[in-house]
Amino acid sequence: MSVTLLNLKTIRILTLAGLASLFVGCSSNGGSSDSDDTISVDNEALQKEKILKDAKKVMLSLPSPIETAMLIKRAGAKYNEELLNPTTNAANYTTNKSMSIAMGIYGADLSYASIFDQTQTVMKYMATSKKIADALGLLSSIDQNIIKRMESNVNDRDSIIRIISETFMNSNSSLKEDNRPALAALILTGGWIEGLYIATQVTKSSKDKELIDRIVDQRLSFNDMTKLLEQNSDNPDCAQLLASLGPVKSAFDAIKVQTSAIVPVTDKDSKITTLKATSKVTISEEQFKKLKEEALKLRTAIIK
Amino acid sequence: MKRIWSIILLVSALAITSTTTSYAQCKNFAKGVCKPQLEPYIHDGIYNATELSEGESAELFKTFYSGQEYRIAICGDASLPPIEFQILDADRNVLFSNKEANFAKVWDFKLEASQQLIVSIQVQTVDDKASDQVARGCVSVLIGFLNTDK
Repeated sequence: MSVTLLNLKTIRILTLAGLASLFVGCSSNGGSSDSDDTISVDNEALQKEKILKDAKKVMLSLPSPIETAMLIKRAGAKYNEELLNPTTNAANYTTNKSMSIAMGIYGADLSYASIFDQTQTVMKYMATSKKIADALGLLSSIDQNIIKRMESNVNDRDSIIRIISETFMNSNSSLKEDNRPALAALILTGGWIEGLYIATQVTKSSKDKELIDRIVDQRLSFNDMTKLLEQNSDNPDCAQLLASLGPVKSAFDAIKVQTSAIVPVTDKDSKITTLKATSKVTISEEQFKKLKEEALKLRTAIIK
Repeated sequence: MKRIWSIILLVSALAITSTTTSYAQCKNFAKGVCKPQLEPYIHDGIYNATELSEGESAELFKTFYSGQEYRIAICGDASLPPIEFQILDADRNVLFSNKEANFAKVWDFKLEASQQLIVSIQVQTVDDKASDQVARGCVSVLIGFLNTDK
């Protein structure tokens, strides 16, 4: 009797898991609709019509920490090791939320150090990222093979950047594969916040035009980031992080940006298209200080 | 009653397997097939892939920065018809369509001012095919940039 009851219980649990799996699989990528799966295959015209009417799948792609680090270096930023989140803090991160955000933060620090050829720091931060990735169950994201490849290419910046990019791809694809998009969103948000923090800290004043332009550009990806967290707001950690972004949003909203229409021009030989447009940023010293202060507060809160 | 539960169990088990397998297939497809299309550009490390059926569409929103050179690579599973992609600005004006470039899989560009762009993807439909089944497969959108700071 007890065996029968156990089997029925097991069957019910597995059934619920299967139905949940179906639901999660169909609702990934934010607001997509795959209800066409139930349509009879013998009515092709109707099926095609139904598919075409379906809501579009929406993907939001945040800037990678490598890209942000490269942009701020090109804008004239200097390297300052003191800005990095110390690797000794890693022991403090024990929850999924804190570990995911920290993985994003250390990924951004790692990218910043790699762009400035700080090889020892890169190795140290990669080892810390590996520990956190392992703790999050992302065992294959940063494996021993990756560490060895980094050691053998330590003086080749291009190779190091490609290896770091590979680890980012491994972790966010594994999280999506494992139906853990909320953790992927937390990692990306952690990396974005660290990028803004570093950029605002290395900028001395609002007169530093190149860096200021790159910082103000982040308002665009800030919107993508909030949408990404909104997509995952059924997760309390994402909802909490989303709620903490208000002051940074207000600081960005206070800055005036005028952008002209885009005119695409393609070079016949190289086939590269230039999207011609102008952009004018108007920011006061006070507005920059406010943004810098809010970025610092936000970052201080998440590295605790 | 037992028979009903057994059927539901079988369907559920198949659902779990197919969901996990499809995600893994997309991951491997993006890494193995799409990422090499980015060369010599460096992949930004962000994984964007989804399963689409013929006729179905998707959009990717991303901020691109001035002064940076980019390549967008869009790859579809071999079982899918050609994939049309358009690059739109924030007001949805079309800046590029690969339909006018023989369904090219990559587009190289740079910007004079940072912009949020929309990559709009549509899997084409095939009207004169023998089978009545709708093709479905992975579509991956990967972005690369050049390391011009050397």
